[in-house]
Amino acid sequence: MGFDFLQDKDRIFTNVYGFQSWDLKAAQKRGDWDKTADLIKLGNDKIINEIKESGLRGRGGAGFPTGLKWSFMPKESPDGRPSFLVVNADESEPGSCKDREILRNDPHKLIEGALIAGFAMRARAAYIYIRGEYIMEAKVMEAAVKEAYDAGLIGKNAAKSGYDFDVFIHRGAGAYICGEETAMLESLEGKKGQPRLKPPFPAGAGLYGCPTTVNNVESIAVVPTILRRGATWFSSFGRENNHGTKLFQVSGHVEKPAVFEESMSIPFKDMIEKHCGGITGGWDNLLAVIPGGSSVPLVPAEQIMDAPMDFDGLRDLGSGLGTAAVIVMDKSTDIVRAISRISYFYKHESCGQCTPCREGTGWMWRVMEKMRDGSADIADIDTLYQVTKQVEGHTICAFGDAAAWPIQGLIRHFRPEMEQRIRENAASENRGEEVLEAAE
Amino acid sequence: MAEAPNTPDEIEVRAKWGNFKFTPENEKLAKWQIAKYPEGRQRSAVMALLDIAQRQVGEETKTQGWLPVPVIEYVADYLNMPYMRVYEVVTFYTMYNRAPVGRFHVQVCGTTPCMLRGSDDVFAACKNKGMAKGKTTPDGLFTLTEIECIGNCTNAPVVQINDDNYEDLDYDIMSRILEDLAEGKTVPAGSQIGRKTSEPEGGPVVLKEMVKSNHDYRNEW
Repeated sequence: MGFDFLQDKDRIFTNVYGFQSWDLKAAQKRGDWDKTADLIKLGNDKIINEIKESGLRGRGGAGFPTGLKWSFMPKESPDGRPSFLVVNADESEPGSCKDREILRNDPHKLIEGALIAGFAMRARAAYIYIRGEYIMEAKVMEAAVKEAYDAGLIGKNAAKSGYDFDVFIHRGAGAYICGEETAMLESLEGKKGQPRLKPPFPAGAGLYGCPTTVNNVESIAVVPTILRRGATWFSSFGRENNHGTKLFQVSGHVEKPAVFEESMSIPFKDMIEKHCGGITGGWDNLLAVIPGGSSVPLVPAEQIMDAPMDFDGLRDLGSGLGTAAVIVMDKSTDIVRAISRISYFYKHESCGQCTPCREGTGWMWRVMEKMRDGSADIADIDTLYQVTKQVEGHTICAFGDAAAWPIQGLIRHFRPEMEQRIRENAASENRGEEVLEAAE
Repeated sequence: MAEAPNTPDEIEVRAKWGNFKFTPENEKLAKWQIAKYPEGRQRSAVMALLDIAQRQVGEETKTQGWLPVPVIEYVADYLNMPYMRVYEVVTFYTMYNRAPVGRFHVQVCGTTPCMLRGSDDVFAACKNKGMAKGKTTPDGLFTLTEIECIGNCTNAPVVQINDDNYEDLDYDIMSRILEDLAEGKTVPAGSQIGRKTSEPEGGPVVLKEMVKSNHDYRNEW
């Protein structure tokens, strides 16, 4: 193995497993809130530049350069409208569970990051939108925010920087779509979480019609450490255009599923061997991997083995890094059922605003269920593929794409498996046999 | 959305909940939530207030709580919002119960990461205790719901029962949890196989210093 694994001293989230307390005193001992005022004194442009140079790309899935995103915010407000930072802690992508560890074990990294990022983009306050199901995590965040206010780290003259900045916690109530940035803004305004048309982009008119930037929890929480250690430190990890450290979350058929921070571009095989104890049943037993949360297409075993786990490496395989939520499937998996369950997820979570998605997700799931038991026709595979193409790109937000891609990935890589299932089912019907079902 | 709840008869509901009002503590909580948002934007607090209201109903009925129509109307009045705008929010978000639930709302995650690690067995354990999806047991103790990914995927399979997550389940563990709850015992939340949080089973392979003490890595930079 030629890969240089990340060393403990270079990990940003040292309390990721929560063995130590999340509270302010413990966080300060680990290095949080250390001379925050000095970081703020660097000035808006210098902070944004440093983040640009660090190569940090958004950790919420799309991978948009974070510093660049901040630079879209207005430098001054001609009409007196304030600017807002919204932190996206609506972690709902199946497979993702990294922000949860930041929220409950390292909340002060997030609050300090929100202050610095908020200052850099000239925001007046940050709203941290936490998904409703993270009940305990939201409690920890509320308590941590209170600690930070009591210690003068946020609020008026935050951390003695001369900058006034507020941080508020807003809890969701169980809607995946609110992780989409404009749906999140709608939800923050007390409405149904249905995405808005863009333009106007949030940096022009976002929360309450004011300039707003929405960033993922991890993108914000790494900011103080990047500024303390310098852009070159952060960009020393990972390949060109894919720099930094990243929280990976491996679930499914590995010996030991886990969350861990690693260097970007770590080869898949090395990552699984070191952190997860290997694939259940050995490497020959690996069937396919969904490398970036349920929305990205699956990658078959032989292609993923040596692939670098980063944005570009996985894009080259026709998939994506997404949130680095790696779902591993071994050969015991009913792959059609696994993808069909994802289709059900999208059917359940469609907000109902755009017709192709509202109707399409339900249709795709029903046909996927037919694929699963083999009662479809072979020609239905092509029809299904066509319908996914009609949903993809024809909706206001990327949800339609997210619902279409897993199915496209399945057809691309496992079409023979699907056809065989249909043929076997037809043959057993011709013989007049009942399809065998497991006794319950 | 297709799974329409069995909303109870409106006359009975009005008779029972027509005089709903926040308790003084909840009133304080509600004011604190509203104060998080700018002047004139108090409707941003609608989600928080519905949650508070549902919890209050839960305390009064010794269940997880739900949102009867008069309670939704109360929240609408409280925020000076049209009833329909609040009702929209209630129906859009899955965590608001539109029908009564049992003492324990057993919400089993069935999405792919949990499915791969055995959520079928967790459902089987529930079924074996007489539960059916979307229904409450006759003794009023358990309501079973299949929910979508709740973001604990490295600790799959997972169930959320009221406010607590129980992780790393299998058939036997789930059966035991349900038995303990039925007997009125408290079951510690979190991993059921001894993991602290999301570290690999058997202990972390990195950041081992952090297990024993609050290690400061800065002098190694």
